[in-house]
Amino acid sequence: MIVENGEVILSVRDLRAEVDGVEILKGLNLEIKAGEIHAIMGPNGSGKSTFSKVLAGHPDYTVTGGEVIFRGGNILEMAAEERARAGVFLAFQYPLEIPGVTNLDFLRVAYNSHRKHKGLEELDALDFDDLIQEKLEVVKMNPAFLSRSVNEGFSGGEKKRNEILQMALLEPKLAILDETDSGLDIDALRIVANGVNQLASAENAMLVITHYQRLLNYIVPDYVHVMEAGRIVTTGTKELALELEARGYEWVREEEAAEVGAR
Amino acid sequence: MSVEVVGKDLKLVSADREAYFARLLQRVNQRVSQGDEKWEWLQELRSRAAALASEGALPSTRDEEWRFTDVSELLRLNLQAAEPVDVPVESVAALSLPEAAQSRLVFVNGVFAPHLSEVAALPAGVLAGNLLGGELPVGIEEYLGKQSGGEEVFAALNTAGLTDAAVVWVPKNVAVAAPIHLLFVGAAGAESFIVQPRCLVVAEHGSSVTLVEHYATVGMGCPDKPAARPYFTNAVTEIWAGENAEVTHIRVQREGAEGFHVSRGAVAQARNSRYSCYAVSLGAKLSRHNLEVFQTGEGTETTLNGLTMIVGEQVADTHSVIALNHPHGRSRQLHKCIVDDRAHSVFNGKVFVPKAAQLTDAAQLSRNLLLSSKARVDTKPQLEITADNVKCSHGATVSQLDAEEVFYLQSRGLSAADARNLLIDSFAGEVIGQIPVYSLRKMLSRCVGCRMDSWE
Repeated sequence: MIVENGEVILSVRDLRAEVDGVEILKGLNLEIKAGEIHAIMGPNGSGKSTFSKVLAGHPDYTVTGGEVIFRGGNILEMAAEERARAGVFLAFQYPLEIPGVTNLDFLRVAYNSHRKHKGLEELDALDFDDLIQEKLEVVKMNPAFLSRSVNEGFSGGEKKRNEILQMALLEPKLAILDETDSGLDIDALRIVANGVNQLASAENAMLVITHYQRLLNYIVPDYVHVMEAGRIVTTGTKELALELEARGYEWVREEEAAEVGAR
Repeated sequence: MSVEVVGKDLKLVSADREAYFARLLQRVNQRVSQGDEKWEWLQELRSRAAALASEGALPSTRDEEWRFTDVSELLRLNLQAAEPVDVPVESVAALSLPEAAQSRLVFVNGVFAPHLSEVAALPAGVLAGNLLGGELPVGIEEYLGKQSGGEEVFAALNTAGLTDAAVVWVPKNVAVAAPIHLLFVGAAGAESFIVQPRCLVVAEHGSSVTLVEHYATVGMGCPDKPAARPYFTNAVTEIWAGENAEVTHIRVQREGAEGFHVSRGAVAQARNSRYSCYAVSLGAKLSRHNLEVFQTGEGTETTLNGLTMIVGEQVADTHSVIALNHPHGRSRQLHKCIVDDRAHSVFNGKVFVPKAAQLTDAAQLSRNLLLSSKARVDTKPQLEITADNVKCSHGATVSQLDAEEVFYLQSRGLSAADARNLLIDSFAGEVIGQIPVYSLRKMLSRCVGCRMDSWE
């Protein structure tokens, strides 16, 4: 939802980043306000996932230029965990399996790290149990998954649901969903999208990275951006996604080339 | 010229190695109640062992069984017999297990400490005490010192110096509910000393018992901090699991930072018996644990779980043997090592499956986590199979902490250190979490946590 005079949650200016000496992001600009849902689409290799990792603070990516202001502060100087505690959440494209750590313990430790940061008392196991039962509803997750090791032996859909469960628990200001729809059947997609929609509010913002327009039937974006070669080249509304689906990315490239030629 | 000097040194060292055990025995061996008929058999056992040990040489890294573990430093220690040390009850409070408050035997520097021991909780007929103190179980001479492999030089040294022992005897069909805590405490004296703990456990037909064999120190501060003086623990434990008996054996080695620890566990498993071992090695400057399981009847189950967690310059070596010799045996072995700094862990696990052991189901896995670029792991899972109708597997992995896993946890708000610790804790937890004594699980988790804190 577009909110009148909404708080600027994220402001990215001329962001440049590289991995292993190869520049992937080449001057990316984006502004996201509270209440908004933004989608980033684009062909493979355009830098979508790199952008999400740079926002979350992955150590393999080096920012070489530009700035990322999150709620008024420069997050490029913050470690990944500090960004998380400040309210940035990345739902991973490939959530990791952590054998030996139960999902419940993982969720509690993560939740308490946020509580501690806010100066609140940590929740004990019993109180946390009540809280998590409530959150399970958001993604219709079977409580049995809490006592299993984190993501170990989970199906693709279960892993993505677990990501949204973490999001429901940590209540981020900015949620970045990196190809959360990839590999999901239609039922799982509905459950995941439904969970995201329940969490979207006028206070937070979502950045949905996807390959496929299909997801955007369920999570309706306010803005659709097209990424190409490390930059956002076109921005439109949800209709743009439909057009991309129908005409492919070549069309955007041609448009851009024509625009550049006209200048 | 310099070559000659080196050659001379080597020769000297080699002569020292050959004379090592004979000299040590002369220096430290005490006699037991000479002339007492009751102890004649023991005196004989000791004499035979003393002869064996005196002929043996201190192993060098040229011996295949000691390739990666150099015990030469023992040559430099002027070891004396351990002095008796009076240890107040409060000193061992931190080492006690509430589950075993009424089933505990404590030895201080090898000497039984009755004021620290308590065995009120044991069912009638169960004997738990020291060899010198109580009435001897009938037929004890058929068991003490009678396990295969006792001629190995360190085991022979222990037997040669055998004056007292912890003895646990569980009669037929008796189930002991409380774990029996065998606590061997080292207490620093004025000199470097040698202490030779000894355990004998006999679980008769259909009985069941849980043992906690525990090596620790008092008066030396935390085992992670350097102790006043080097010392040497040379332990032997013999376990006899009778037909259909169940023995759960937890072994915790937390010697002081200047300690040397060599130990041998020998287990004989009769038909249909179950033996589970959880061996946790955290302490000592250098440790070597030899564990040998001999199958003496069909249908046995053997579970060996090991966890080694070492830092600094520690060396921890585990050599295990599961010698199957009858059909339908089942064995499961998981050995995990967490190695930081310049520490070095060694694992050699042999499983023998000869022709007589058809329909054996054996699996063995060695998993190692290296936390520093200078840490070292030598691991050798080794299956020797001549039977042709068996199911056997083995494997080894060596890895570092996964940077992507650390990032995943950080992205959820955990600090890098907390993320690392959670991953290490879960790696250790696979072994610790299975230990069936709650307070010991807690104690060991704290040790793991304490050790991780010191890394930050």
